[in-house]
Amino acid sequence: MRFLRQVAVITAKDLRAEMRTKEAINASFAFAIVILLILSFAFDPTEETTREISGGLLWIVFTFAGTLVLNRSFARELPNDCLDGLLAAPVPGSALFVGKALANFVFILAVEMVALPVFGIFYNVRWTRQFWPLMLVLVLGTWGLTAIGTVFSALTVNIRLREVMLPLLVYPLMIPMLLGAMRLTALLVAGQPIAGDDTVWLRLLFGFDIIFTALALVLMETVLRG
Amino acid sequence: MSAVAVDCAGVWKFYGDFPALRDISFQVPEGRCLALIGRNGAGKTTLLRILAGFSRAGRGQTKILGTSPREADARRRIGFLGHGIAIYDELSALENLRLFGKLYGLPDPDHAARHWLERTGLERVRDGLVREFSRGMRQRLAVARALLHNPSVLLLDEPFTALDDRAITVLQSVLRDALAEGRTVVMSTHQLREALELATDVGLISRGRLAFHGERTPEMLSDPGWVYARYGEA
Repeated sequence: MRFLRQVAVITAKDLRAEMRTKEAINASFAFAIVILLILSFAFDPTEETTREISGGLLWIVFTFAGTLVLNRSFARELPNDCLDGLLAAPVPGSALFVGKALANFVFILAVEMVALPVFGIFYNVRWTRQFWPLMLVLVLGTWGLTAIGTVFSALTVNIRLREVMLPLLVYPLMIPMLLGAMRLTALLVAGQPIAGDDTVWLRLLFGFDIIFTALALVLMETVLRG
Repeated sequence: MSAVAVDCAGVWKFYGDFPALRDISFQVPEGRCLALIGRNGAGKTTLLRILAGFSRAGRGQTKILGTSPREADARRRIGFLGHGIAIYDELSALENLRLFGKLYGLPDPDHAARHWLERTGLERVRDGLVREFSRGMRQRLAVARALLHNPSVLLLDEPFTALDDRAITVLQSVLRDALAEGRTVVMSTHQLREALELATDVGLISRGRLAFHGERTPEMLSDPGWVYARYGEA
């Protein structure tokens, strides 16, 4: 119970702080829209192939825009040495991880919810035909991105080139999750259900999230307090 | 004889090959106030961060009320004020204190927050965002944050820095009350006069070594530079 209360306090603090400064969320929104716009010039919206690569295109945008949110997650604690304040409190690293990851998850999902309709307009795609399965894939993929990203955000917070280091460390680890999320998203945007062999990708997303969340819960105390 | 609140035994700290702390040993009994003095770079902040559990000693060990400061139970009983104030600029004074009250599991964080805002003279600006505060106000809020959960041991790194006369009086009064209630204080400082008025003991750190540790004497009060002159480096 105490753990959940601490998680809620950390999440509420991050959400409130970000909504007042809007540093990460504005940058992330703008980045997602600009990338979608630029890529729309590169691909012909009437082409069937554009629909086929929609999964890859969307997840590249989500991953890049999400990294901007994740970079700020622990960097937000640097001014005034606020991280010292958190580490001085009797809060386990796992509670800090879940609290921060939940806030990051909300921000990244919000960016995705704006980016999807924009994608539909720019690329002339009706992406809502498999709405709920698509939402499930987005939630699973986004949690995977958030779980890994939050741990590495803590790990790189004191590195001078953290904006560069975070994607360099996180992207290779995300490849299995991205493969599954891209494949399933392309399928669902094309209006086809997840069936047959494609359910393997869904199971991969579940497995990826469970494994990396468990690892993060175990490792976060060491990452933060050494 | 009071129980030992802060126990530092043979502590070394290395940055690469450079020993920032060299075999520091001392004890602070409960209810005492140790003023750590020394030139810039002597190792005061490093020592306080090890005592607070933020950093590991290269050799030796530290205990706060018999427990390693890295244990959650010890952290609950430590109030730490470092160089950074550990206060969020984008939250109000009340929101900041409420946040830390909740993290420390206080039964009524709102009441505790309001009490300490009043105690540090910030009640009037409780809903103001910290980014709009003056440096002195921020420091007073940081003191309130460090004391919010009624810690048994206070570790303060230069608490008088950037405070105006009124704020120094407020802080001295808060610390005097804390000592009267039996809390233990270890503070590093360059404001010798203000610190020595409160301190029961003095420790001089010189080039990573504890050059002097003993009770504060009348000579120190009348001449705050006395310890430096007698035991410090030239």
